[in-house]
Amino acid sequence: MTQSVAMTINGRRREDHVEPRLLLVHYLREVAGLTGTHIACDTSQCGACTVLIDGEAVKSCSVFTVQADGRQVTTIEGLAEDGVLHPIQQAFWNEHGLQCGFCTPGFIMAAAYLLRQNPSPTDEEIERGLEGNLCRCTGYENIRKAVRSASQAMNRAGAEPTAQLVGSAAAPVED
Amino acid sequence: MAVTSMIGARIQRREDPKLITGHGNFIDDVNLVNMAHMSVVRSPHAHARIRSIDTSAAMASKGVVAVLTAADFKPVIGGPLPVTNSFVADKKQVPEQFPIAADEVAYAGEPVAVVVADDRYLADDAAQLVVVDYEPLPAVMDIEKAMEPGSPLVKSDRPDNIGWDAAFPGGDIDAAFAEADVVLKQRIGQQRVFPTAMETRGCVADYIPYDNRCTLWTSTQVPHFIRLFVGGALGVPESQFRVVSHDVGGGFGAKLRPYPEEYLATAASKLTERPVKWIEDRTESLQATTQGRGQIFDVEVAAKRDGTLLGLKFTQLLDIGAYHGVFSAFQVVACLLGGGCYTWKAINARSIGVFTNRMSTDPYRGAGRPEATHLVERIVDLVALELGMEPAEVRRKNFITSFPHTNNFGLVYDSGEYAKSLDRAMANIDYPALRKRQEELRAQGRYTGIGFSTYVEICGLGPSSATAPAAGIALVESSMVRVHPTGSVTVSVGTHSHGQGHETTFAQIVADTLGVPYDSVEIRHGDTGDTPFGYGTYGSRSLAVGGMAIMASCHKVVEKAKKLAAHAFEASEEDIVVDQGRYFVRGNPSEAKALAELAFASYGAGLPEGMEHGLEAVSYFDPPNFVWPFGCHICAVEVDPETGGVSIDRYVAVDDCGNVINPMVVDGQLHGGIAQGISQALFEEVLYDDETGQMLTGTMLDYFIPTMAEMPHFELDRTVTPSPTNELGVKGIGEAGTIASSIAVINAITDALTPFGIKHVEMPARPDRLWSMIKEARA
Repeated sequence: MTQSVAMTINGRRREDHVEPRLLLVHYLREVAGLTGTHIACDTSQCGACTVLIDGEAVKSCSVFTVQADGRQVTTIEGLAEDGVLHPIQQAFWNEHGLQCGFCTPGFIMAAAYLLRQNPSPTDEEIERGLEGNLCRCTGYENIRKAVRSASQAMNRAGAEPTAQLVGSAAAPVED
Repeated sequence: MAVTSMIGARIQRREDPKLITGHGNFIDDVNLVNMAHMSVVRSPHAHARIRSIDTSAAMASKGVVAVLTAADFKPVIGGPLPVTNSFVADKKQVPEQFPIAADEVAYAGEPVAVVVADDRYLADDAAQLVVVDYEPLPAVMDIEKAMEPGSPLVKSDRPDNIGWDAAFPGGDIDAAFAEADVVLKQRIGQQRVFPTAMETRGCVADYIPYDNRCTLWTSTQVPHFIRLFVGGALGVPESQFRVVSHDVGGGFGAKLRPYPEEYLATAASKLTERPVKWIEDRTESLQATTQGRGQIFDVEVAAKRDGTLLGLKFTQLLDIGAYHGVFSAFQVVACLLGGGCYTWKAINARSIGVFTNRMSTDPYRGAGRPEATHLVERIVDLVALELGMEPAEVRRKNFITSFPHTNNFGLVYDSGEYAKSLDRAMANIDYPALRKRQEELRAQGRYTGIGFSTYVEICGLGPSSATAPAAGIALVESSMVRVHPTGSVTVSVGTHSHGQGHETTFAQIVADTLGVPYDSVEIRHGDTGDTPFGYGTYGSRSLAVGGMAIMASCHKVVEKAKKLAAHAFEASEEDIVVDQGRYFVRGNPSEAKALAELAFASYGAGLPEGMEHGLEAVSYFDPPNFVWPFGCHICAVEVDPETGGVSIDRYVAVDDCGNVINPMVVDGQLHGGIAQGISQALFEEVLYDDETGQMLTGTMLDYFIPTMAEMPHFELDRTVTPSPTNELGVKGIGEAGTIASSIAVINAITDALTPFGIKHVEMPARPDRLWSMIKEARA
């Protein structure tokens, strides 16, 4: 027994027939082929699977695909545009906000939602805004720093993309 | 003479662009045509006899390809899981563990059957339908009771529950205690913890029928180990068995062994003639991935009234779990490091490994060294408290000051400047001001505390001279450096980064050593198909051992390039000068050849007589000694006596890992390491029901992995004392933070509670524990 769904993912519309029990995260990964959204706890505790539905951060392991019918979904693959990193992605890179990188897509998506709601969060507001996301590598120090620096960059530039091109060589910078 | 440009530079990681854009390649991202999915049916009992397994309903379920039990696997998997002998014990029992239980289960979560189906949902559906008839047996959960004669057995075919009993005598302990003015005793616990990599385990096995070839993708720290053991058990030679590990979402020691599921998925692929994927879910991971620590130390210390440390006696009781972890015995290193960075007349240690009906313990970030640091730093504080001395002064009085230093067990500390890092940390935290403030706040009924951890650790596993006698192996590391005709360089290594950034830092080393542009260097790791045999990444060894293997190959390449240059310039090899990748005849630097030009020549015609074509080298590096990072961490806390809640006000760390390749990466390793130690000190504990052996902390929330809100800002600084052990002068940093941090927090909490007469606090120092202790002290 399948059900038809139609949604726009990262600006592209797609239609599929899915089992009603299919979780959105499995749909994104297995059907749409977008494997950047990760599964780490299966129970909506860790936030690795965070995506945006109509601009709002949700944990896609706890949403059925059919619940996203007719919605706009943004995944980590949809953030960078035309080879230019989103300022949050750039900030995570600059500030060493990731190590193994497994929780990172979820953090970046949650941070995108946070900064849209609150463009200049205090450290405490960052901590509260990202309390649904777990990381085991960074001790959170550089994630906090990355979100702070992304906020500054986004406020400085308005909507202007300031990030460097993806794939360009890393240049040594001052310690 | 080359001027270093890349070594020491804070450059962004080249690993990151794909990871921040969702293009990583983790194990669950590997998908093959016609791939089936495996779901593992696990024992719900900690200890039970299997009377029967009925697979008929599961077999009839939609999309099921096969339901397999031990009887199906026995003909295909030719042997038990490996166990590494890490030391010579007086008594040792090594029961064999087959990857799947046949007639008796010994921990909740042990595999008893697997279902292979067309997709994961269908496999999980059918797994619910496998009916196993169990006869529950008593669960052995308490390690002290398990040691008693007549205790119920963890498994009925064993003589007792003792896995090992090993004594480590280090000097004349009676003489040391005879001089003592004070003798103190303390029991110190190390609760079980989950390593909890964010990516759970998983694998994809693709066995090619009729060809006896297999590729196994798996999330691991040790691809070559996996090939050796899983290939061996399945009867596929290394030349036909390829293990591939792309991006790995964290390991922390829990992915450094072959696991039952890797054997089962590979065998299932062979039996079903389909590629088989298995991805562990989180609850499975908490049940069936190895856990860390799980130890009790009974400690006795002898000291003089002036604070001189004399002797240390301790016994380590280690909860092995139901079966030995592959490297569980390595945790005995806590005994050898129990003296910390101090001089002792004698140390007498004993380790007893005890089986229980729990999942195995195995190395977790630090593996034995966090336990050693926690033990000795706690004891030093108890001595200071007893003698009314400053904790820093007892430390300073007993520091080892001359190097190399041979400790009580014959291990040789390579270099160190312990007082320097202590002084620096005390200055950074403004210690006198902090003490003054503590006094003021105490007068107001507020309880702040300051905790020290001056640590030394052993890493860089390992010199074959040290590992061979106990383990019979040489934990060397490998590299292959190949310069292509137009000058780009491929470096293949036996280590395997799982978040540490080797692709960046190793390329920094190669760029400097060969004198080639950083961007021209590609680091390959994790695929046994194109890397030389290596022991993998753990024990903070990848730089000090693996990095040196890379250096060695680079040096060989430079030597050959010099010959090529001499030939090109028609000069003698002795007259060739190499300067940052430019080769010229002494006195004539304007006519130089770049390495790329020499590489091109090496593949062309007209080579010197007798020279082989190509420009490449393979090296294995066997370190002459371990390396010994050290440092001082100071933590300042406030405890709320009404709630027992702890807030960390400051966390200052001064670490010394010798020369630094990329300071940004080093700081990142410290952040994460410190966070894990803090988390063990304050929050984490694996809990099983004492009677039934059921896991009580089966989700991340029940267990509690801290969020950003629980972690303080880390104030890092470093001193640089190069290691004399290797040419790079490097030590290791992957585990240092965890090794140092738990006891800095606990000592701070204990210091805060001193006014209540509390002298010792166990981990995790959760609010309920502290609140009860304060309440009792007040009563």
